[in-house]
Amino acid sequence: MKLKGAQIFIRSLIAEDVDTIFGYPGGAVLDIYDEIFKERLRHILVRHEQGGVHAADGYARATGRVGVCLVTSGPGATNTVTGIATAYMDSIPMVVFTGQVATPYIGTDAFQEADITGITRPCTKHNFLVRRVEDLEQTVHEAFHIARSGRPGPVLVDLPKDVMQAETDYPALSPSTFRDEETALHLDQDAIQRAYGMIKKSKRPVIMAGGGVIGAKAAEELRSFAESARIPVTATLMGIGGFPGTSPLWLGMPGMHGTYQANMAVSHCDLLVVAGARFSDRVTGKTATFAPKAKIIQIDIDAASIDKVVRTELPVVGDAKQALAFLNTLLANNHFYLPEEERKAWLGEIAQWKTEARRPLRRNGTIKPQEVIRTLSDLTGGDAIIATEVGQNQMWTAQHYCFTRPNTFLSSGGLGTMGYGFPAAIGAQVAFPERTVIDIAGDGSIQMNIQELATAVNYRLPVKVIILNNGHLGMVRQWQELFYGKRYSHTVLTKSPDFVKLAESYGAVGLRADKPEEVEPVLTQGLSLRETVVMDFTVDQEESVYPMVNPGASITEMRLY
Amino acid sequence: MIGKQSEERMKSKEQVLSLIVRNRPDVLARVAGIFSGRGFNIENISANITPDPGITRITIVTWGDTATVEKIEKQMKKLVDVRRVTHMNGEGSVRRELLLIRAALNNENEDEVIFLIEGLGGRIIQKDHGSCIAEFTGSSDDINGILNRLDGIGMEDLGRSGTVAL
Repeated sequence: MKLKGAQIFIRSLIAEDVDTIFGYPGGAVLDIYDEIFKERLRHILVRHEQGGVHAADGYARATGRVGVCLVTSGPGATNTVTGIATAYMDSIPMVVFTGQVATPYIGTDAFQEADITGITRPCTKHNFLVRRVEDLEQTVHEAFHIARSGRPGPVLVDLPKDVMQAETDYPALSPSTFRDEETALHLDQDAIQRAYGMIKKSKRPVIMAGGGVIGAKAAEELRSFAESARIPVTATLMGIGGFPGTSPLWLGMPGMHGTYQANMAVSHCDLLVVAGARFSDRVTGKTATFAPKAKIIQIDIDAASIDKVVRTELPVVGDAKQALAFLNTLLANNHFYLPEEERKAWLGEIAQWKTEARRPLRRNGTIKPQEVIRTLSDLTGGDAIIATEVGQNQMWTAQHYCFTRPNTFLSSGGLGTMGYGFPAAIGAQVAFPERTVIDIAGDGSIQMNIQELATAVNYRLPVKVIILNNGHLGMVRQWQELFYGKRYSHTVLTKSPDFVKLAESYGAVGLRADKPEEVEPVLTQGLSLRETVVMDFTVDQEESVYPMVNPGASITEMRLY
Repeated sequence: MIGKQSEERMKSKEQVLSLIVRNRPDVLARVAGIFSGRGFNIENISANITPDPGITRITIVTWGDTATVEKIEKQMKKLVDVRRVTHMNGEGSVRRELLLIRAALNNENEDEVIFLIEGLGGRIIQKDHGSCIAEFTGSSDDINGILNRLDGIGMEDLGRSGTVAL
């Protein structure tokens, strides 16, 4: 059977179980869009390609499946770069398809031509330029395989227009040829045995979970392991949700804006079991004084992440789910269930740190952003899918929302992309129309992809946007206050729109709270509506994110407030 | 005074990596991109096809301590097109470079120059009025030594390949 490239492309996507594409059409991909029209594949039309990639990313983070984005050549392709780099830094499985000018025009500076494989080489796991229609189907399957296998990441496939128009036989390869399990890494069982020995001997252990635990779908194995061995757990920003915030063993996040108890526990532990985390500078602070008393066991699927920043005692290259499951088997076979007393001194010390760090909010008649998050956490029972933008809103969310499940915290950890949260929330809401999906934003970052309000309203997505409106680029302002003599150079946001009216002009609902007593009623009302809602909270302009570790300092040197 | 960079370089040593990669149009750019993007330096690089037309061998010479070269190796192995990375640490491996030189010849120096080239193990591969082209192969140290000895013979140009190792 002979088919056009565009038809083969769509069939290959369907064979990969793709049910949703986020995209934006243009000249180079018109043949594909014509097939989408005929096939009625679900396509979400965004308002900017960056929004499309973040939406595919949010879809991927919320579902654990591969996110898919389709854009045209030239500017369509280059507009995806921030979204691709965001997914790359956070190891998110995604395939981005870009249109390209016809092959005879490649390299001639043709209209809407960009060397997108060259541009995205440093921020994709891999990329392809399909030069022959005969290679198309295999390339699509390879792209999906690469995106989701091993350490996941974004893959870009560049599709020249004439390749989409050319015809060839469609052999309908089975995507199962490329399925992950066949290439699953062989777990080093000896290393796990040694890890087990170290855990048994340890008096003051801590587990540090990263995004790899969520990516590997290993949250249940982690919980079981921590509870059996009675080990307190901290999770990096990317690992939040990988361990229930309701557990007595939960320490909170470590690092620059980590909790006092997490940083103290990491600094005083004798064993640090790290799973799926890569020791970002935001986590370690000064590496020379990071976990100074601890032997470190690092479980990571990416060998290149081991010993990259911090020297480890015992590296375990492998999938976090397999590794933790094997540890659980060893614990069970050896009846390693610790009674309360065994860890009493260590857990008691941690409880003491928790008490020391507790402080009330200093109320001054304004809305405290932390309280907005805490109230939201109570109202949703910690069960909503929360996306954030980047900055203070992100850190307050990580600190004050009690996450109970994996895949519910969508945030740009590695790249720190302002404008990520809202389109990511749209992607998650598309995947889960019945769940509560919320973007927590600042007045700065929401304006970076605010055009996606049209997308949310158009598809009747009941995404909620909470703006913690402090009239500033809050986190930058905080750094200027602390490190630049309070010279607030260009961080005051004047002439922001009236977000309530703006929401209404897009056809969404706009709500505002100016006083502390309005917080709960506005949140309750906003959450109850089955519509796109923007809630604008006028918060204390001078509130900062604490605790804080100065960049480059040791994580024990915390400013508590 | 020795600069920080020179000090680091003194602590580190030459490292040779041999990569077996898929013969794809942009594979060399991907490999080189890892070096530039991660702050490693390429001393020299050579690439060519193997008996299997689908496979290319890339040889890279870099500088660094053992930990650095381990990091480079791991990053290389992450590339989809890279099949195998071998650290050519000297024992059992052979490393060679090719040097081509063009030397000016005249009635007075011709015999002396040709004698010197042949004495250093070189081979004249082209000779005409006024100049000759000679080739040498050897380790990087050999080639450096040869260049020192050839200094002063009226070298007009030279071309030096990257290291090839097996």
